[in-house]
Amino acid sequence: MTETTVNTVNKKNLGRRFEFKFDFDTVLNTFAMWLLAFLWALPLLYAIWTAFHPAAYETRFELFAPLTLDNFVKAWNAAPFARYFLNTFLLVTLILTSQFVLCTLAAFAFARFKFPGRNILFTLVLLQLLVMPDILIVENYKTIRQLGLVDTIVAIGLPYIASGFGIFLLRQTFMTVPSELDDAARVEGVSFLGLLLKVYVPLAKPTYLAYGLVSVSHHWNNFLWPLIITNSVETRPVTVGLSVFAAIDAGVEWSVINAATLMTSGPLLIAFLLFQRQFVQSFMRAGIR
Amino acid sequence: MKIRKIAQSWLGKCLGKSLLVAAFCSPLSLSWAVDLEFYFPVAVGGAAADTIQELTDEYVAANAGVNIDAVYAGSYQDTVTKALTAARGGKPPQLSVILSVDMFTLIDEDVIIPFDDLASSDEDKAWLTSFYPAFMENSQTGGKTYGIPFQRSTPVLYWNKEAFAEAGLDPETPPSTWEETIEFGKKLVKKDADGNVSRWGVRIPSSGFPYWLFQGLTTQNDVILANSEGNETNFDDPAVVEALQYLIDLNKEHGVMAPGIIEWGATPKAFFEGQTAMMWTSTGNLTNVRNNAPFDFGVALLPANKRRGAPTGGGNFFIFREADDEQKKAAFDFVKWITAPKQSAKWTIATGYVAPRADTWETEEMKAYTKDFPPALVARDQLDFAVAELSTYENQRVTTIFNDALAAAITGKKGAAEALAEAQEKAEAILKDYR
Amino acid sequence: MAKREWIYGWLFLSPALIFLFTFTHYPAVNTIISSFFSTPKGRRPAKFIGPENYQALIEDEVFWTVLENNFWFAVGTIPTSILLALAMALWVNSQLKGRTLARMAYFAPTVLPLIAVANIWLFFYTPGFGLIDQLRGGLFNLPASNLLGNPDTVLAAMIVVAIWKEAGFFMIFYLAALQSIPPVLKEAADVEGASNFYYLRRIVIPLLMPTTLFISVNAVINSFRLVDHIFVMTDGGPNNASSLLLFYIYETAFQYWQTGYAATLTVVMLILLSILAIGQFFLFDRKIHYR
Repeated sequence: MTETTVNTVNKKNLGRRFEFKFDFDTVLNTFAMWLLAFLWALPLLYAIWTAFHPAAYETRFELFAPLTLDNFVKAWNAAPFARYFLNTFLLVTLILTSQFVLCTLAAFAFARFKFPGRNILFTLVLLQLLVMPDILIVENYKTIRQLGLVDTIVAIGLPYIASGFGIFLLRQTFMTVPSELDDAARVEGVSFLGLLLKVYVPLAKPTYLAYGLVSVSHHWNNFLWPLIITNSVETRPVTVGLSVFAAIDAGVEWSVINAATLMTSGPLLIAFLLFQRQFVQSFMRAGIR
Repeated sequence: MKIRKIAQSWLGKCLGKSLLVAAFCSPLSLSWAVDLEFYFPVAVGGAAADTIQELTDEYVAANAGVNIDAVYAGSYQDTVTKALTAARGGKPPQLSVILSVDMFTLIDEDVIIPFDDLASSDEDKAWLTSFYPAFMENSQTGGKTYGIPFQRSTPVLYWNKEAFAEAGLDPETPPSTWEETIEFGKKLVKKDADGNVSRWGVRIPSSGFPYWLFQGLTTQNDVILANSEGNETNFDDPAVVEALQYLIDLNKEHGVMAPGIIEWGATPKAFFEGQTAMMWTSTGNLTNVRNNAPFDFGVALLPANKRRGAPTGGGNFFIFREADDEQKKAAFDFVKWITAPKQSAKWTIATGYVAPRADTWETEEMKAYTKDFPPALVARDQLDFAVAELSTYENQRVTTIFNDALAAAITGKKGAAEALAEAQEKAEAILKDYR
Repeated sequence: MAKREWIYGWLFLSPALIFLFTFTHYPAVNTIISSFFSTPKGRRPAKFIGPENYQALIEDEVFWTVLENNFWFAVGTIPTSILLALAMALWVNSQLKGRTLARMAYFAPTVLPLIAVANIWLFFYTPGFGLIDQLRGGLFNLPASNLLGNPDTVLAAMIVVAIWKEAGFFMIFYLAALQSIPPVLKEAADVEGASNFYYLRRIVIPLLMPTTLFISVNAVINSFRLVDHIFVMTDGGPNNASSLLLFYIYETAFQYWQTGYAATLTVVMLILLSILAIGQFFLFDRKIHYR
């Protein structure tokens, strides 16, 4: 099957979803879907409940409990969140653009060139999926220190910008590009770089969007490495601000913690809400199987 | 300063793909005479971080030629991880607040120096002896002072006066002995029609770091868990076994405490919700309880058995070896300043930590504070009976062994004596190298 | 031509490889080397001790407990989260009412930081006034439970959190695969009078096999990687009943500062994961027919 037919099949298919024949089936499935959705949303619903109510209602669920924004005010004032948001934004932008460039080049090499050592190198790339960077903190700190980059936003991103997951994902997408397209472009005398930019990258657009969202939500929420490698307000991401509330001497104050959680992951949640159709469809078109 | 950082991060961003970046981002020389980096943890919420920043700014403003970069370093655990990672990477801070029990670890890693090395004048030497002895137990070893008490705490008993009155007890009198805890507890336990307990008598948290509150019980049973050299433990002492059995029996035998491991973080909330009439927890909770308890509450010394007793807890100042002489001198001076009565009072009032020197309690600010909120005095009074928090070489490893034994006994997987004997054996294997 | 490809291949790869080697392979190799050395302490440098760390590993009870926990954690999370992900994808991909909202609900856990939502789960599990106990008490008049405080139930409680966190993420992959199944197959099945269940079992599930393999690789890796919630909820307790291999490595490296032994544990984890995951990867890769 060629890529073009896959695409037409996909498009035709979008209108025809998996159908359940019997009404009994539909009712049962609808109920099960809702029940699971409710269970899955429960922690988020609880976070919203506590964040907008006074602490006394953390454990009491009364319809007419007084509403308040105090928890958000308290959370916002506990750390310089405005600056932290800017840092997180810079960080994820930096990581994402670098990942796109590096992973695209590498994936293209794996998908289209034959060269000695390819399989070994690919295994080495896959290995990065398994080696948790959190375990390599001490070693990576030394490297960053030798580079003189301690306490910079760049330093938070460096260990992640060559991503095994990204290379693997893009390689797969690139491998589905039909070789006829490839050959046609080469006959026209297009260079490899031109081929990559004019044929491969446009075809893989949905993969980029999908991978981008996964990468952004991961790095938005990363904590330990940024905490260790940065020292100042000017470089630290929101998760470091969030950690102020994980205070162990006092008890857990759910209302403030949840307000802070909603506040810090709010932009991501809203982005997903707004883009979820495109996001899901991009996954569909990306042909990830 | 800010501009440099932003420029640096943007510069780095633009050149991110090139290793040349190192050349551009190497620190520019600064005009400050002495530059200090100071890591601090926060364990009681955001206000503590603000207060440290304020105090640091105040010091810097008053001392030209010294710049202190106060770095929030996460929880206690995050802070020691960050400091030691930085030390191993060759760039430790000059000064840090770290759990006092990590002293032996820091000595073992050879990253800190004793304050005695920096105390030159008689005044300095006198200053070293001006702290409550209970706090110094965790700060000294081998005749040297390695830590200066700063954000220190101790566990106390909180009780719900309304629940006491409801159970027919005197709301102003908390239990003062082990027996009274059981006796009062039995009256305080409330069951619904189905026999399900809706209010327990007492709550001694045992999650995460059970050894700390348990150390209250062992001290009351007149036994010390580890020697002051940090190389010998006493886990299988019969008095320790007895204390553990008491803790287990609070549930098993007497039914005044909930079964299983009791979560530390949820304990204040359980108290506010009336799920327990009494709780043992840190003085670090005073502000939290004061703000959130919907009933009248009291704060008391932990009950006694053979004697009164409690551990201390919390963080000390440590000065790092890697610093140059001027930095060490400046760090020493800063620690002296921030633990002085005026600053210390401000810190205590903002956070609820126990002021570590007697003269702090004599300041006007503290007098006004304790007059308004007498429970704050309980922690100070308990210091007369307090002992060092369990601390040894390879501290977190030994402590974990002990915690595991306590958890195994509390959840009924092992007998108290058996669990503790095993723990002692494992601790021995680790500590014999340090004698 | 072949020589040119050779050069281009390396040219395109080199930027990514430089970073991979600097921040993954070089430190990983250092880790393997240090697993044969004692832990450096203060002025005592690390010295070569051969396989001594590995002998200690065999005698370390906690290691075996943690390994066993990790096994049950994997058994508990992998099949359930994959099955749930498949069910979610089938529902969300159907014409059922409210599927957009359901999709949002299923995916939300992927966006929320585990370290923060762990606190919410802590509340759900809290004895007495926690959500589960409020429901148990309110609906069935049952006594308080202590799921996290009991070594027999704590691991199961952690498994639930992990499934909640990852099922929605996997759903997306199934959703994508379902979309690429040609609708003619469904039409043909309808013409033949095959039931929905038959169509699902004989056509959809076999066609989803490559996806299932891909997801299971990720699920295997996640069953070793998802430990953030342990820090907040149990600290590995009671008595290591909820501790997992990565959490134990973290404890050994950053709490006990036994870097040599932590390196040894890391090597064990790498070997385990390599056998499981790389094996799956190549199996999976062979099953895919690239056009």
